[in-house]
Amino acid sequence: MRIVYFAWVRERIGKGEEEVDIPAEVTTVRDLLGWLKTRGPEYESALEHQNAIRVALDMEHVHHTEKLGTPFEIALFPPMTGG
Amino acid sequence: MTRHVTPTVRIQREDFDISAEIARLTAGCNDVGAIVTFTGLCRDEGGRLAALELEHYPGMAEAEIARIAAQAAERWPLTGLIAIHRFGKIEPGGQIVLVVAASAHRHAAFEAASFLMDYLKTRAPFWKKEHLKDGSAGNWVDAKDADDKALERWSGADRE
Repeated sequence: MRIVYFAWVRERIGKGEEEVDIPAEVTTVRDLLGWLKTRGPEYESALEHQNAIRVALDMEHVHHTEKLGTPFEIALFPPMTGG
Repeated sequence: MTRHVTPTVRIQREDFDISAEIARLTAGCNDVGAIVTFTGLCRDEGGRLAALELEHYPGMAEAEIARIAAQAAERWPLTGLIAIHRFGKIEPGGQIVLVVAASAHRHAAFEAASFLMDYLKTRAPFWKKEHLKDGSAGNWVDAKDADDKALERWSGADRE
């Protein structure tokens, strides 16, 4: 699945996007964040404060309890500071 | 049936011209009695900042602001609504965001512009990074609790 990262999440992980094969047991957004953290220290650092990370599935905000489903694009980013 | 206006949303690197945007909402219209504009500018934070770099999520930035603008157009009787958000490097004094709301009477225009800005601050996927005067890269700007709190005033009973 395609995952995109923004702002300091992107900087800490060290890339803006990637294709990943997500294991079958990862079924919710929360599962995904937990699984990504096992992929290396850069992910551990970016997702350290897991509850602060915002997630969008196909460009719509979702809660961490949301089922992952089969989105075209998953986005992870910090709280927004536009305006 | 009330007909709601279709908001205009633009995400762009270029600067915008407030007068030109107001003219878009008044050209050929005789039913506009009020125009409210909000412009967000880049501050230098006491002389510390050389610029802000605005990162955004292309596609979602447009979609999310359009969703918020559509809610505003549904909630208040507007004759027009424009939201423009810039990205890229913006120096102190530069314009970052513009909201223009037009209506027959002032109340709807004030409220819609304020509602749109409050939601845009917390839900539109933009992030600000500081560039410091000494040439170094500063921090990412932290989200403010006050911005989340600002949403509470819109969640009560509709006043219209």
